Amino acid sequence: MNFLPVPPEYIPVLIVAIPLFGAFLTPIISRINGKVRNIFAISILGITGFLVFWLSTEIFTNNMIYTYVFGGDSNVIGSGNSAYAIRILFEVDSFGIFMAIIAIIVAFIGTLYSYSYMKKETGLDKYYTLILLMTAGMMGMLLTGDLFNFFVFLEITGISSAALVAFWIDKKYAVEAGFKYIIISAIGALFVLLAIALLYGQYNALNMSVLANTITNFNLIDQIILILLFSALAMKAGIVPMHMWLPDAYGRAPASISIMLVGATLSSLYAVFRVIFTLYGKVFLSVSIQTLEFVTTANILGGFIVLLAVLTMLVGVIMALKQNNLKRLIAFAALAEIGYMILGLGIRLAAKSVIYDTEGTAISILNPAYTQAALTGSIFHILNDALDVGLLFLVAGAIYYATKETSLDRMGGLARNMKYTTIFFLIGLFAMSGMPPLNGFASKIIIYESAYQLSPLVSIIAILSSIMLLACFVKVFHSAFLGPKQPHLKNVKEVPKTMLVAMGLIAILIIIIGLFPNLVIENAVKPTVDAILNNTAYISAIIGGA
Amino acid sequence: MISFGIPYLAVVGLILIGLFALVFKKNLIKMVIGITIIESGVNLFLITLGYREGSIAPIYTSSPGGIMSLPVPQALTLTSIVIGVAVLALMLSLVIHIYRHYGTLNVNKIAEGEK
Repeated sequence: MNFLPVPPEYIPVLIVAIPLFGAFLTPIISRINGKVRNIFAISILGITGFLVFWLSTEIFTNNMIYTYVFGGDSNVIGSGNSAYAIRILFEVDSFGIFMAIIAIIVAFIGTLYSYSYMKKETGLDKYYTLILLMTAGMMGMLLTGDLFNFFVFLEITGISSAALVAFWIDKKYAVEAGFKYIIISAIGALFVLLAIALLYGQYNALNMSVLANTITNFNLIDQIILILLFSALAMKAGIVPMHMWLPDAYGRAPASISIMLVGATLSSLYAVFRVIFTLYGKVFLSVSIQTLEFVTTANILGGFIVLLAVLTMLVGVIMALKQNNLKRLIAFAALAEIGYMILGLGIRLAAKSVIYDTEGTAISILNPAYTQAALTGSIFHILNDALDVGLLFLVAGAIYYATKETSLDRMGGLARNMKYTTIFFLIGLFAMSGMPPLNGFASKIIIYESAYQLSPLVSIIAILSSIMLLACFVKVFHSAFLGPKQPHLKNVKEVPKTMLVAMGLIAILIIIIGLFPNLVIENAVKPTVDAILNNTAYISAIIGGA
Repeated sequence: MISFGIPYLAVVGLILIGLFALVFKKNLIKMVIGITIIESGVNLFLITLGYREGSIAPIYTSSPGGIMSLPVPQALTLTSIVIGVAVLALMLSLVIHIYRHYGTLNVNKIAEGEK
């Protein structure tokens, strides 16, 4: 399209470069005054968001892959058999841009919300700098096609989000949560780097496409690398039993940062999917009969992931039930939601099976049809979870802003004074616990159905977790919004308009997606799942026809 | 051949020492030191990957010839060191603030102070 001032092939890099330059301009801009700085940060994210959406329409409709090569015009150096893909490049497929949409939505909403929410704080120039830096980091993680580049962006996201978690430096819990988060992200990133070094030593490449093309026999080194990458990234994605940092970080950060942390966590989850389905695609996706021995591997890994998913759901909801602090409760609920997302991933791998003929020789390898649905539900749920959890965090932040209370015991009767916040909370509540007609239902029903075909027990646990989530939030609704008015909360007022607008935007998205789930599934989720399952296209976009 | 394996053993040793410090030490500063030791191990691993015995720096201009080290791992290590410094600075500054709030660096005492 011609209305853009730049050629479309530059957009992937602009999506990262604009927030990055914005981050370093923010301290200068904030010399003018606070208002200009806030509007500057919001507009930078707005421009980035516009570019992401524009690129996503191009990618989703044409199902193509955009690449941007740093310092060169060709993906490879040399030609023919002596072509080496050694340049650093961005490779944007449907999956990457789908996650980028989620990340930019949470970043934009978080910043819009901060406008009033953080108004009374000092040190806001650093706050907005870090927000923009974190956005640039997330975008880089999602769009890059180079593993070392991925590590760099992982660290950028980790450092800036740890600093933001500890933003309320005068509160001891916030500092402690920030320290936990930086320890976790430092260890996670170091083990990712170790795995990258092993890959480089083994295959002499850092480009994901080249590596995906080379990893075919799944030897010992490949297995070690997979374990290192999976555990490090799962730790950063907050999967049980490596979740201890998550409730602290989500619960102690400012609400506007909690919603962005959801984005950062989901970026790590994206990397888990990317490692399993793209990097190890020739092992886990292949249905050719030569890869018969990998079916068991896939089943074991899949079963293990399903187990982790079930544990994550159960630990999340059980811990959420006993919480007294509103934000920690939502954080544990967010943990439970992560379980649903990896459930789809586990089902896909666990259900891979071999078909034998009457003599007992293997004739073909089959991925049952419901595994595609499981993955669809899982990817769709990533979007829905970011919106639902985000909305609830923002509501918790609004309650904190209005009452300065975090404990549920000291709240009550807020519905009388904060009617819009109450409505948004109800929307978040029903969406999160998977009630029709909101978006959480649309994706959870797909996950239930496919989980049922794998094992009814898993499906029952998933449904039970949702019901328990509903129970938790009904309790919150009752103790915070209903009941007699607390004497010390007599003068509570509704929160400022920008906060309401931020919450309203998410609520509208939740309702739209809930009412027209097919629209989203057909136009965004289907291409994404196709891109995940088609690692040949990902490979051949760089090294051509492999 | 034996001499060639020593750096890899050192890598494993460093990573294990770092993990040990991280898991068993109660002092926050020692935990931070543990992370730094793991980082040194990973950096050493990267450097060792690109090193060949008797090799020279990979600069082509007026090079005396002979085997050159692989430059890519060195570039990666440099980046990794820079990132490591940033992480270290942030971790230590958070440790300072934790000490201001709790008056101790002992993990157990901090956990008690939470209640």
